[in-house]
Amino acid sequence: MEHYKMNLTLRIWRQKNSETKGRFETYKIEDISSEMSFLEMMDVLNEKLIREGQEPVAFDHDCREGICGTCSMFINGRPHGPWHANTTCQLHMRAYQDGDTITVEPWRANAFPVLKDLIVDRSAFDRIIQAGGYISVNTGNAVEANSILVPKDQADSSFAAAACIGCGACVAACKNSSAMLFVSAKVSHLALLPQGYPERKTRALNMIAQMDKEGFGSCTNTQACESVCPKEISMTNIAKLNSEFILAGLSD
Amino acid sequence: MLDSKIPAGPLEQKWSEYKGHVKLVNPANKRKIEIIVVGTGLAGASAAASLAEMGYQVKTYCFHDSPRRAHSISAQGGINAAKNYQNDGDSVFRLFYDTVKGGDYRARESNVHRLSEVSANIIDQCVAQGVPFAREYGGLLSNRSFGGTQVQRTFYAAGQTGQQLLIGAYQALERQIALGNVTMYARHEMQELVLIDGKARGIIARNLVTGNLERHFGHTVLLCTGGYSNVYYLSTSGMGSNVTAAWKAHKQGACFANPCFTQIHPTCIPVSGEHQSKLTLMSESLRNDGRIWVPKKQNETRKPGEIPEEERDYYLERRYPAFGNLVPRDVASRAAKERCDAGYGVGTSRQAVYLDYAEAINRYGRIECNKNGIANPSPEIIRRHGMDVVKEKYGNLFNMYEKITGENPYEVPMRIYPAVHYTMGGLWVDYELMTTIPGLYCLGEANFSDHGANRLGASALMQGLADGYFVIPYTIGNYLSDEIRTKEIPTDHPAFEKAEKVVADRISQLKNIGGTKTVDHFHKRLGKIMWDKCGMARNANGLREAIVEIQQLKKDFYNDLKIPGEIYEMNPELDKASRVADFIELGELMCMDALNRNESCGGHFREEMQTEEGEAKRDDENFSYVAAWQFAGEHEWVLIKEPLEFEVAKPSQRSYK
Repeated sequence: MEHYKMNLTLRIWRQKNSETKGRFETYKIEDISSEMSFLEMMDVLNEKLIREGQEPVAFDHDCREGICGTCSMFINGRPHGPWHANTTCQLHMRAYQDGDTITVEPWRANAFPVLKDLIVDRSAFDRIIQAGGYISVNTGNAVEANSILVPKDQADSSFAAAACIGCGACVAACKNSSAMLFVSAKVSHLALLPQGYPERKTRALNMIAQMDKEGFGSCTNTQACESVCPKEISMTNIAKLNSEFILAGLSD
Repeated sequence: MLDSKIPAGPLEQKWSEYKGHVKLVNPANKRKIEIIVVGTGLAGASAAASLAEMGYQVKTYCFHDSPRRAHSISAQGGINAAKNYQNDGDSVFRLFYDTVKGGDYRARESNVHRLSEVSANIIDQCVAQGVPFAREYGGLLSNRSFGGTQVQRTFYAAGQTGQQLLIGAYQALERQIALGNVTMYARHEMQELVLIDGKARGIIARNLVTGNLERHFGHTVLLCTGGYSNVYYLSTSGMGSNVTAAWKAHKQGACFANPCFTQIHPTCIPVSGEHQSKLTLMSESLRNDGRIWVPKKQNETRKPGEIPEEERDYYLERRYPAFGNLVPRDVASRAAKERCDAGYGVGTSRQAVYLDYAEAINRYGRIECNKNGIANPSPEIIRRHGMDVVKEKYGNLFNMYEKITGENPYEVPMRIYPAVHYTMGGLWVDYELMTTIPGLYCLGEANFSDHGANRLGASALMQGLADGYFVIPYTIGNYLSDEIRTKEIPTDHPAFEKAEKVVADRISQLKNIGGTKTVDHFHKRLGKIMWDKCGMARNANGLREAIVEIQQLKKDFYNDLKIPGEIYEMNPELDKASRVADFIELGELMCMDALNRNESCGGHFREEMQTEEGEAKRDDENFSYVAAWQFAGEHEWVLIKEPLEFEVAKPSQRSYK
């Protein structure tokens, strides 16, 4: 693979805290290697800003291998940048060319208030899980693991939904800031397993109630969420969520 | 001097005997007892949830925005358990034996046996929580093999086992939060331990959003804060993983055990340049099917596909025919380093070896063609079917490799090189997981107890969850049963006031240095010293030099550090600075420990101590002990030895030939 260097213009959202208004700032950055990750490019920018006596750009990140769901940048109008099925931390600079301008914003949603620069508060997701995104089993309650058989295709579908990393890209991509993909992934993950079956009705009702309470919007059916999801969580989960919700409502 | 509190009696009965006689706390009293749990990875989340279910009042802390982000989530390959579902001769004893041997006879037998005993319960618990483990067509759980063992006992969820297990524990934790039994403090970092009358009674935490310091009381404190690989700057750990909580406890009296025992993982994506901020692991499970090789010719310039079979050196299969590509991690890492140092490395840096899937794709392809009744399949058809199988097993790992390197591992062999991955050392704990400070416990990777000098693959998840779900809920009662008369201590107590002032002074000291260099500048310097002189191979001269260099680095850090922004606001640079300050001190202790341990064992390889074939040479006569270091002032530590006794797994030279 050919490596190259590039000079870039960055337009980055700066906001001191949740109380103040933010604005875009423009920065020039030089000699960026195509082998760097996007966040390594941000590290280079921050080192430069600190040396020049300016404040570095605050952004969320941790594992830098695409699994913890912490990183959250809205890059040139798309959550996590241009690559398909990808997180910001896995985006590499070979996606860009010398002379490019890159605009970086935080997730934009009422339910995700900005804390500083590119960092937002996603605790609403935790509260949705608290509303029912679990199986009620205390430590020590469990039966022998192989005593309940789970058909392979069902286990695989459950796993595919459980792969959600809770990053919030789905919300950021949706023009209604809906959290339906996130909620449906959890509902499907658990409803598809026999262990999660007994609580499926209350789970769907309570998680949706909490989602509404947090200020997330309704589903637009435009599939923007699916197209930006780093873990390729499928829209069919939303259909599953709707059917779980209706079923729960009917039997009430 | 150190009382490990190992119960008397035969090894296989110690834990049941202990459980049968341990003191209990009645439900009404549990409600009055507050427990602080720092860290919400596998150990912390499982402990917090289990203790809250039992009726205790729990407070938990994590520096992430949510407990679901702890770095346990990055574990890929799997979790071991002695279920013997494959009928291949596995048992509690065999898991115990493999772990003690894999750890090169530097772990405590009693702890390891308990770990093996509860391993099966962990799988039951996780399945009940809805962890979607891989399954066979009959609906039963699937297993695969891992390094250092000859049975298939590893349970997995594609290459995302850590994620699925953590989400299971996280959901259990969130349920307890909803029930009001746990109070969660996200974006908080522990900055100091509060001791009252010699007992752990609380912490000072910094709110990372506002910068404010907060005082929190607990009858007892559990540190579940993970490992310290980031002392090397480049490691597979998360960027925020740090030693601060454990280090603050150490400086207040908790002994730090075997700090030099670090695990260098053999299959990571090689460093690509100066800008590198972290390293990415490729799961050990890839060694199940992949073959590792280098060219037989030094400084080979041909592309891997152009090198014919007979000019390839499958050096692990050559040196270790019995275990082949599945030798334990320390052995595989050293063998890669040996080949690269000898000039056989590949890639532009020459610091890499190939991990090749061509044969596996071909083998699986033939099996699939047979299954589907395809007679005389063309190589292309075989390849296509083989790729599908490999994709199902390892697809997410292959994708990750491609994203980082821009190369397609289905077409060309992956380039891999060892990287710092895990730390076996940690706070010293007794059989009950209590440190040398009464009332202070330490769980998971943060403690030293179960992996000796080398951890086997798929055992970190097992230990974190064993400690949290099935050990601490029992052992903590032995301490808390004597604490039921202790009333909540108000946080205006002088001990809290004093601890908070210590933290405030420390933070303003850092902030006011007013130098010219960034935190990362110092962190990278530290990492380079550690990797060069306390990394995969160590020697006495290098370690002595490293100690001097680190002491100088510490001076430079406190003279020339520059932190932008303010103290009372969100300030990630300030957070990093306080972590790196602790890493610098830890680095010095690691080198002292490595210098003291004049033997080679597990991941600790002293160049002076090797066999003629270049294998690690242990010295059981002089070093069969846990090195527990007590802090005694700047640059000074006292070594306390806990002798290791092996009643069942008798030490022998580890052989994987």
